[in-house]
Amino acid sequence: MKGIPEMYKKAEEIFFRILMIISTVSIAAVLLMIIFSILYNGLPSLSWEMISQTPKGGFYFGKEGGILNAIIGSVYLSVCSTILALLIGLPVAMYMNVFMIRHKKSLNSIRFFLDILWGIPSIVYGAFGFVIMIYFGLKTSLLAGIITVTLFIIPIMVRSMDEVLKTVPSGLLESALSLGSTKTEISFKVFLRQCIPGIVTAILLSFGRAIGDAASVLFTTGYTDSIPESLSDPAATLPLAIFFQLGSPVEEVRQRAFASAAVLTFIILLISISARLLSSKFNRNKIKF
Amino acid sequence: MSGLYRKWTDRINEAWMFSCLVIIIMLPFLLAAGLYLKSYLIISENNLSGLLFSDIWKPAENKFGFAPFIISSLWVSLSALVLAVPVCLLSSIYITQYARSSVLNLMQPVIDILAGIPSVIYGVWGILMIVPFSVKASEWFGVHTTGYNIFSGALVLLVMIIPFILNILIEIFRIIPEELSEASLSLGATKWETIKYVLLRKAFPGIVSAFGLGLSRAFGETIAVLMVVGNVIKIPHNIFDPGYPLPALIANNYGEMLSIPKYDSALMFAALILLAVILVFNFASRLLIMRLERYS
Repeated sequence: MKGIPEMYKKAEEIFFRILMIISTVSIAAVLLMIIFSILYNGLPSLSWEMISQTPKGGFYFGKEGGILNAIIGSVYLSVCSTILALLIGLPVAMYMNVFMIRHKKSLNSIRFFLDILWGIPSIVYGAFGFVIMIYFGLKTSLLAGIITVTLFIIPIMVRSMDEVLKTVPSGLLESALSLGSTKTEISFKVFLRQCIPGIVTAILLSFGRAIGDAASVLFTTGYTDSIPESLSDPAATLPLAIFFQLGSPVEEVRQRAFASAAVLTFIILLISISARLLSSKFNRNKIKF
Repeated sequence: MSGLYRKWTDRINEAWMFSCLVIIIMLPFLLAAGLYLKSYLIISENNLSGLLFSDIWKPAENKFGFAPFIISSLWVSLSALVLAVPVCLLSSIYITQYARSSVLNLMQPVIDILAGIPSVIYGVWGILMIVPFSVKASEWFGVHTTGYNIFSGALVLLVMIIPFILNILIEIFRIIPEELSEASLSLGATKWETIKYVLLRKAFPGIVSAFGLGLSRAFGETIAVLMVVGNVIKIPHNIFDPGYPLPALIANNYGEMLSIPKYDSALMFAALILLAVILVFNFASRLLIMRLERYS
């Protein structure tokens, strides 16, 4: 025989379970809704002309042309800054996991520090990039944008590589050391090879951040209708193209913004999916324990 | 010979790696110092409390009161957080406690993609779907708005911080030792009672810090909020008023800031406020999480 309190308990549990399922399903539903609404508005205006031409007659009022300037600018900006961030980030992650492995305390404080750095919003990096730019007398240019975005993605890159390198068992480090390898060799011939899938994922993640962020490049890259030809030219990026053109009173210009949004969403989805596929493919080379 | 070569490669490499580490460690100090130097002009001429609590913003007349922006920021991010708390708690409990592992395998990509969508895309989505919804929602309450208000900003922010908070919560529920739940279950408690009285209580510091991190993420979010929040310089009084958060102030005025004296200094001061608030929140939350990790 179950009493009233028991029934009440049961009802409460069922009630909350239903709420839980609703909230979980609605999170997935919101994602679908976002992707659907972006593609629904963007795909109709996405044509070959759109992605192969630069805007004609000004990005705000000109009706002709496409978004090639933004696509190329975004690719330049995010590829360069991802490479720069890799050149600084990979050594740091390696240093933490190969050289500093005995100093658990300072290692933990560095991780703590990086986590906090990760939390600083991109607009603050953008403002800081602007300060640097003024200080060195640079104009708004691709170079200034690259520097700002690099600063912004370094913590993301280091911390996600560190998460992967952390999982390498210390036995591997010790056996490599006992065979007489230097720590440099261990870093690049053992740890790097062991963690390639995770490191590629970290690079892709940072690349996604770099290509999608608008606030950090708002002050620093400027905006232009043409394709940048050198580092000192201003550049357009996809997020900025969306941000600036969406407010235009001209319908064709707004269509360009929606098309840019569709392209950007497509790139982000591609990055997400390839990160997943790559990590499962590369896992074959890993030494299993 | 090759031994010498290897030794020197190792030395040079270590020096290189170490200097990279030093650069990164210096980064936040450089950030703070750079912003402080730039905003020094305005801090030295107006007193700090006047800047923070005055609500008169007339850069041309040299009056800089940040109160409307700070209060708007608080409105938007706190309402997003209030909405996020039940959704994140319920879903994370469901995913870690009740659901089969296939649900996590399905939800993990969903969370990752949500976290990876750029904020400007959220902004476009906000304009397309949230703003019309906000117009309808405000009509239910008998208010007429353009839809560009704090409510819309909060809804967009809500979706943006959910994946972020959810990831941390799932991680936290995972590090709570299973023995605790098992002990409770073996004493005859139901699954829900165990979650309510053991899991949630044990994870409480972690939950608080997850939401603290979510709040600081919401506080610093720029473009998406800026696109839907209305950007009217006025202290908002209810959720259907338009607002003008701090990050939006910085982002919107970068073009004019060199034409009015001290304007750029004021905007850098806004960035400095943002940095300070977020560093404090992050520091406190991360500290709580670290304690919890060490404990379990």
